[in-house]
Amino acid sequence: MLLRLLSLLLLIALWQAASMVAASRLLPPPLAVLAVIGREAHSHALYFNLATTLARVAVAFTLAMLLGTIFGIWMGRSATFNRLGDPWLVILLNLPALVIIVLAYVWLGLTDVAAVLAVALNKFPNTVVTIREGARALDPGLEEMATVFAMPWQTRFKHVMLPQLAPYIAAATRAGLSLVWKIVLVVELMGRSNGVGFEIGSAFQLFDVALLLAYALPFVGIMLAIETFLVQPFERHVSRWRPKAA
Amino acid sequence: MSPVGDPKQLEVFVRRKAFHAANGGQREVLRDFSLTLEAGKIHALVGPSGYGKTTLLRIIIGLDRDFEGWVRLPPETKIGVVFQEPRLLPWRSVLDNLKLAAPLAAVEDLTKLADDLGIGDHLHNFPGELSLGQARGVALARALAIAPNLLVLDEPFVSLDEALARRLASEVAMLVERRLVTTLLVTHDIDEAIRLADHILLLGRRPAEIVGNIDVTLPRRAMTADYAAKTKAQIGAILAETSV
Repeated sequence: MLLRLLSLLLLIALWQAASMVAASRLLPPPLAVLAVIGREAHSHALYFNLATTLARVAVAFTLAMLLGTIFGIWMGRSATFNRLGDPWLVILLNLPALVIIVLAYVWLGLTDVAAVLAVALNKFPNTVVTIREGARALDPGLEEMATVFAMPWQTRFKHVMLPQLAPYIAAATRAGLSLVWKIVLVVELMGRSNGVGFEIGSAFQLFDVALLLAYALPFVGIMLAIETFLVQPFERHVSRWRPKAA
Repeated sequence: MSPVGDPKQLEVFVRRKAFHAANGGQREVLRDFSLTLEAGKIHALVGPSGYGKTTLLRIIIGLDRDFEGWVRLPPETKIGVVFQEPRLLPWRSVLDNLKLAAPLAAVEDLTKLADDLGIGDHLHNFPGELSLGQARGVALARALAIAPNLLVLDEPFVSLDEALARRLASEVAMLVERRLVTTLLVTHDIDEAIRLADHILLLGRRPAEIVGNIDVTLPRRAMTADYAAKTKAQIGAILAETSV
């Protein structure tokens, strides 16, 4: 923990040094960015835009994880369904994010629904692929045990299957959060009039690097906090049964 | 065999059971095989490995339906199974493992059962923290927890040290006797079969058939060293004659 903090401080120090050497408004020093953050926070624009983006991230992420998990389990368990779904999956995986975003906006209009759907559709195939691996690795011995003891499907799902999928769900979550928030910014830049992505777009047009960083950094901070205070504790909780390494 | 009119707990008839071999052919494991279990008695199915013991067991407990023949169980038979490996849920505590298999059982009963099988101190441990013997104990407790009327045990005491295996086995025999649970014990250990069973069924030849059916007239606590030795000699003679 201390080492991580130290490494972070080093990064800030390097930034400070570089800004002093460059002495340009295209690389503002950390304190200048902090001042802009303060200004934006004071006018509540920062909170509003962060909240808007966060809400889009949350909806798109939930949608992609939920559907991705269902289809992943399905494809991992059924060879027929896997053969049917696999070509679609390969197409989705290889469709550039930009294409999906533009198509969503063209077909559904410049709306929040289109924005969120485009993001979810970008994340969805990765979730499917990860969860499918997990579903393929399910222990048949435990499944037989559940069958013999006539466990109802709720018990089988919650106590037999989900714990086995937990590491895969955690991996999909971790990879998914960073992917989703990056794509949300692009979506906002292209077709929304609020959110962090929109603000960064404005900053780009004004070449206002301080404003750009003032929006990007707090959001990175939030995602870091979610990872540290939600994802990691969850992972520790679901893997508490694993014997600790000596 | 048992006289007509005796309550039968289980009848199984396998006309044919074959596995697909890697070379594209078929390997027949069972043909025209029939087996009857008497209600409330302990039956040991003994034979060398590779003679279809586990296959037969999987057919009986309904995990293998890809065979020609039938299995006849009394209606609403509850089957408790102990697999060769304990097959516990590693992410749930011992007590939760028992509760999930037997949601209707009272916690006091589960605790009592766990005490009987020597795992009472480990109810709140995860299976990964147990020794193999303790994990086997949990698997036995789980099978008994559902109050089965048919108990199927697949080599439940294998690779345990002798003393522990004996202790667990006698605990199980006592619990089963008290509740009159029809039991099928699959084992390759002839001594274990003699110690525990009312009936010993010997499996031999290929495809497998029952080559010997020995009624133990002095089962378990009534067993004498002399009787055990005689039975063992009898079994040895049959197996020597029929094993290929």
